Amino acid sequence: MTRAQPSKSLELRAPLPLDCGQTLEGVTIAYETYGELAADRGNAILVCHALTGDQYLASTHPVTGKPGWWDRMVGPGKPIDTRRFHVLCANVIGSCMGSTGPASSAPDGRAYAMRFPVITIRDMVRGLVALLDVLGIERLHAVVGGSMGGMQALSLAANFPDRAARVLAIATTARHSAQNIAFHEVGRQAIMADPNWSGGDYYGSGAAPDAGLSVARMAAHITYLSEAGLTEKFGRRLQDREAKTFGFDADFQVESYLRYQGSGFTQRFDANSYLYITRAMDYFDIAEGHGGKLADAFAGSNARFCLVSFDSDWLYPTAESRHVVHALNAAGAGVSFVELSAPYGHDSFLLDVPALDRVVKGFLE
Amino acid sequence: MSPPKKLLRPDLAVIARHVAPGTRALDIGCGDGELMAALQARGCDARGMEIDPELVERCVSRGLSVVQGDADRDLADYPDKAFDYAILSQTLQTAARPDRMLDELLRVGRQAFVSFPNFAHWRMRAALALRGRMPVTRHLPVSWYETQNIHHVTVADFRELVRAMGVTVEREWFFSRESAIGGAAANLRAEYAVFELSR
Repeated sequence: MTRAQPSKSLELRAPLPLDCGQTLEGVTIAYETYGELAADRGNAILVCHALTGDQYLASTHPVTGKPGWWDRMVGPGKPIDTRRFHVLCANVIGSCMGSTGPASSAPDGRAYAMRFPVITIRDMVRGLVALLDVLGIERLHAVVGGSMGGMQALSLAANFPDRAARVLAIATTARHSAQNIAFHEVGRQAIMADPNWSGGDYYGSGAAPDAGLSVARMAAHITYLSEAGLTEKFGRRLQDREAKTFGFDADFQVESYLRYQGSGFTQRFDANSYLYITRAMDYFDIAEGHGGKLADAFAGSNARFCLVSFDSDWLYPTAESRHVVHALNAAGAGVSFVELSAPYGHDSFLLDVPALDRVVKGFLE
Repeated sequence: MSPPKKLLRPDLAVIARHVAPGTRALDIGCGDGELMAALQARGCDARGMEIDPELVERCVSRGLSVVQGDADRDLADYPDKAFDYAILSQTLQTAARPDRMLDELLRVGRQAFVSFPNFAHWRMRAALALRGRMPVTRHLPVSWYETQNIHHVTVADFRELVRAMGVTVEREWFFSRESAIGGAAANLRAEYAVFELSR
């Protein structure tokens, strides 16, 4: 894994309290900003990133050299218009792009590795809110996120109801389902089964559990796509060959694609971060602290909500968004919801879906 | 936020005029949000439900709070008396069970406004009586095999239904050729009707 140099980062003065009961000292939050903050600090939009995302929302990724992960959505004249809004995106704690995570140094100078406390989505949000406190942003114009970013947006609305006027949660859920947890467990077991993982103490050994992390990414990547999308993109086509080889090389294009996705991922992501962040997602259940009543979690909110799902997303299907909408209705919150038609599965929120652009732009007005 | 001002459809105009300012209203089958925008202009907290995702998208991009949903199924998501008014304009005749829909309206709303095309208007009667054909008119412009109107209803049928359900008609309005007409012989003369209901 290559460590990137984020353009901005700050160290929180106060220790960060965590759901597990521990506190995290000397937390660094790495973040990027786009557009000017208005004098009244009222035009800030916080965009929360997904599991393997980072703060490079609309700027070139320092490791891959690729455009920001939501470059199509954020920028001058784009749906999240940086001529109007001050857009922030911070790397979540537990991750590996500059914010404190398992690869960071513990107070004893060695990497935390598995000594890093197990964190939750709410802990990530605590880190983000601490960042807003330092930046003097009292109330966001909006908090926006897709997938795990949407979980953070909902968590912020539930736990810090005064901090955002609008909440836009895309292709997400208020709780991880058994199926969601199951897929994550496959990924974690792949990492931990890699001999290079060494109980998490691989930093500085020169050998990271890349094979395990790669398999984890391959399995997860399938869940981000749709069956129809995979069929259209690859079908049963063979990879650079005329016939099957009767071996275990990547005969099929879809195999080659997944291997490429897996190995590319290991260049930019830390295996332990993958363990911690997937765990945080699995622990996510907003209603848990409210006797199972999701509506009660949003009782204190006066924000406007917008939820968007995609008809081909089987990872966080429409029913999950409807569940949140139901709760918000019961809580009397102002909520909009639309299921958009897009062929790309869960990844639709990152891809070219013009209807999403219109909804995002319209909701943020 | 709203497009250039255009005239509200007469049934919507009547509803907009009679929803008390500052109240909470749910517009079921809200289309592109025309009525909701008018209600918000009156200081109401207007919410919408619409089945067509493209119309929902248009509403959201106008800044309106609209949930994509099927009224036959998704009204159940709202708590009792969540709204001062539940509004169902030109949609009753598309419901799987109009009687249950009325029950739901008066469960989620303290009061309800319902508008519908009157299938006993004399033009309808004439089409059936003289031509022996299902009517295709200005207000019911779609042929029988492709219309969403699966439960055609007349003013007299509606009155009978609400009476049987123990629902009170607070006020009623009738329209022909986009103008209000009196209640006399409404079942023959009205192209469509608006009822304000309570229970």
